[in-house]
Amino acid sequence: MLFRRRKAAAHLEQELQFHLEQQVAENLAAGMEPAEARSAALRLFGNPTLLREEAQSSWSWGWMEKTWRDLRYGLRTLRRAPSFSLIAIAVMALGIGATTSLFTIVRSVLLKPLPFYDPNALVMVYDTFSTFKSDTSKYNTVAPADYYDWRQETHGFQDMAAWHWFAGNLTGEHAELPEVVVGAAGTWNMFSLLGIQPVLGRTFTPDEDRLEANHVVLVSWGLFQRRFAGDRSILGKTIRLDSESYTIIGVLPDWFTYPSERVELWLPYAAALSKDQLASHELHQSYVVARLRKGVSAEAATAEVSALQRHLYMANVTRPVCDQANFRPMIDDVVDKAKTPMLVLLGAVGCMLLIACLNVSNLLVARGAARRKEVAIRGALGGSRLTLIREQMTESFLISLIGGALGILLSLWATQWLAHHWQQLPRASDVHLDGVVVSFSIVLTFIAALLAGLLPAVSSTGKGLLGALQESSRTLGGSASRAGLRRILLTAEIALTVILLVGAGLLFKSFLHLRMSEMGCITDHVLTMRYGLPEKQYNKPEMIISFHEAILERVRHLPGVIAAGLVSMPPGAGHHSDLAFTIPEHSSQGAVMDQDGLIRAADPGYFKAIGIPLLSGRFFTEAERLNRTDTVIVNRKLAEEFFPGESPLGKHLSVPWNGKPEPYEIVGVVGDTLERVDRPMRATMYFPILSGLEQTSDTALVVHTAGDPLSQSVPVQKQVAALDPELPVYDVMTMQEIIGKTTATQSFSAILMLIFAGLSLLLAAVGLYGVLSYLVSQRVTEIGIRIALGAQRREVLRLILADAMRPVVIGLLIGSAGAAAAGLFIKSLLYGTRPVDPAVFAAMLGSLLLTAALASAVPTLRACRIEPIQALRTE
Amino acid sequence: MGKPNDLVQGTLDLLILKTISLEPKHGWAIAKRIQQISNEVLQVQQGSLYPALHRLEQQGWIRAKWGESETGREAKFYFLTAAGRAQLEKEKESWKRLSSAIDLVVESAG
Repeated sequence: MLFRRRKAAAHLEQELQFHLEQQVAENLAAGMEPAEARSAALRLFGNPTLLREEAQSSWSWGWMEKTWRDLRYGLRTLRRAPSFSLIAIAVMALGIGATTSLFTIVRSVLLKPLPFYDPNALVMVYDTFSTFKSDTSKYNTVAPADYYDWRQETHGFQDMAAWHWFAGNLTGEHAELPEVVVGAAGTWNMFSLLGIQPVLGRTFTPDEDRLEANHVVLVSWGLFQRRFAGDRSILGKTIRLDSESYTIIGVLPDWFTYPSERVELWLPYAAALSKDQLASHELHQSYVVARLRKGVSAEAATAEVSALQRHLYMANVTRPVCDQANFRPMIDDVVDKAKTPMLVLLGAVGCMLLIACLNVSNLLVARGAARRKEVAIRGALGGSRLTLIREQMTESFLISLIGGALGILLSLWATQWLAHHWQQLPRASDVHLDGVVVSFSIVLTFIAALLAGLLPAVSSTGKGLLGALQESSRTLGGSASRAGLRRILLTAEIALTVILLVGAGLLFKSFLHLRMSEMGCITDHVLTMRYGLPEKQYNKPEMIISFHEAILERVRHLPGVIAAGLVSMPPGAGHHSDLAFTIPEHSSQGAVMDQDGLIRAADPGYFKAIGIPLLSGRFFTEAERLNRTDTVIVNRKLAEEFFPGESPLGKHLSVPWNGKPEPYEIVGVVGDTLERVDRPMRATMYFPILSGLEQTSDTALVVHTAGDPLSQSVPVQKQVAALDPELPVYDVMTMQEIIGKTTATQSFSAILMLIFAGLSLLLAAVGLYGVLSYLVSQRVTEIGIRIALGAQRREVLRLILADAMRPVVIGLLIGSAGAAAAGLFIKSLLYGTRPVDPAVFAAMLGSLLLTAALASAVPTLRACRIEPIQALRTE
Repeated sequence: MGKPNDLVQGTLDLLILKTISLEPKHGWAIAKRIQQISNEVLQVQQGSLYPALHRLEQQGWIRAKWGESETGREAKFYFLTAAGRAQLEKEKESWKRLSSAIDLVVESAG
């Protein structure tokens, strides 16, 4: 009976009416007075509305009708208080939207398996120096010869493959635009191990993965589209990489973005290495992917590798050969550093959503209190408690549903934005909303509705209905329990806000610390760019040197250029390479292997150009070139660490800079510069770039300019092109951009956290204001009487403030404990601060107290201005 | 007032079906009839009667038509359908089984 309800209802009414009249007639017949007969009949009849409703509920579709009615009531009450509804819906939309977005990212990046065949059986195996304690030495990249020995001599893994990075100048057969591409070189079995089929052509054969083999190359889908316009006939064509011809044998699928989306070319592993490099146990530069054999655990398989590595170490004790192997699941390796920030942000939005729910809950309790009498009357008229609770829940469901729908729309956009702007987010291309995420947010919406609605609904329809009706006559007591509930909600809200605020404060302080950290050189008006001289044309040291000197000469004479220099890696731009060294003068102390330092090659003018101070000794000279380059300059850190209390000048470092260890005389000590702003200072060795060694052909040009550094980028590039039109320039960045790039993740998470924390603070302020206003309005009469009896306004002020501040202070205490715990969790993201940072705690707690004071100012002042006469009259 | 005799769960349906099996009756008459026949022992509350009637109608066991009552007023008369008649037999059967079973238990020696 879904239709014609109105008619059916009229019939029911008529039927019941008839029954009532029959009863009246019978009573009259029994000799009652007409009025008495009627009231007796009514008494017997019971509650006509309830009866009607019960009869109606036996019609099918009753539940639908009920729901529809609840919805209408809910919408009506929401419309009656539009500002409340809009705020609540906006808060919910924000909370659910943000949580959905972060969940989407966490799911796509952390939870979804890698897109490879049986990805759970894939692990990364690393070299390890057991004597080093830092995490990076636990997961050290693998030397090529280590990998070959592992694969040959251990059998714990089903198979092992290796790859390493490379970058090269890409040109076509004809004079097409040169560019620098990032690529990777992988062993022939790498693609079959991962289960990758090329879209076109084939992958490498074992024969191609050897020294001196034919040059073949696989191109990524991106390069295939971009440079070759998706032309399927490119198989068998050649490209030039660092002036060498390579035959294209295949195109990789577009979803294959391992190890990074930047990789555009794949070469066979051995093709990109020299004979010496392939035989090296010291050159740590490869990543090893291994597939577990069925029934053999990763631990057992790695133990076998580790044992082998121990032998290799024993055979090369004096050299930087690792003595152990280590592993971690491939997925952990891919997400690596992004994991903690992601979980932190997810936690933050979760907190924000919880705060939003608490706030809506708080507001609903307030409205429940205002509607207490209405609810009580309806209860007295026979509305069952369940019906009333359902009705109130409908309201919070409506808020959550509308908020949730808006939130999902919001997250569609926000997820895109996050995936796009979150630099260094691994697997960013995998990030998209799917069914699981949508169901997650729907479940989230219902949980939020329950959280926000159940407490107020249950409390406001509680047993004290009669009390509520009586209370209306004497309001002096106030409804203490209701206010108590709101105080508890408020306390929870404030505690959560403290956690968010302190977390955000710590991250922000870390970010500031990184941005302001002393690089040790000029960071303003500095332009850097890289070029790499192809080995084929520049095959003699003299040629490399003459190019380097020519470009310096030309750039130094450009108008607006103050100075220019060459260095293999500018400060802040990264690690580049390091080498172990020994100090012949200290040889009595035994050959200690764990002394290593960063390696840089620099020209004589570099230090002055970028403002690195000379502390003692001298810089390189123009005369130190070619074979007369047995000198080294060290930074202060190296001097202090390895030559404590003595002058390093005139001492020697024995370093395998040119293949095997040779002594280099220390001629100067210069100031420290950071390799990256988020890494600790390291000992550094500078070698003369004018040696013209092969490893000096790839370098960065550092230019100190008078004006805006970027305005010099085109003139400088023109000078490069004038010397060699086929030589591409890449990584054109100012020093500020380099620093910005390395701190991008920190600034991103710090700023997002600050936004979340700010919103939570706002919500907490709204909650506090609401509770206090309510309390004050409840106590108007009481305060009026107090004042009439002679209470000072100051005391009233204290009374109200004490009321306001109790939940704030309790919340602060609980929140501080929580924040300390949260601080430990995000410890790995902190720089220059620690989990319990007094300054951050003070600043954040202070701002929260200030906000709380502002939020309570209006209600408190209102309480103080109460005129006793008026207050008593409102009774 | 209280409830003098709570009807055994589910027996109200049986009583209603039985009461209107001879001739169509309206709600008031059904209640009165049950009361009379049971010598005032069974009192059918309006609160149970009308929901039960509507439920039976939903199930298709009884149907209603509007007609003139003894007093000349429009009233809703309920009558059994064929399905209702079958249902009545079924309910009678099960009631007999149930009551004799209860008798056995209650009258048993120990």
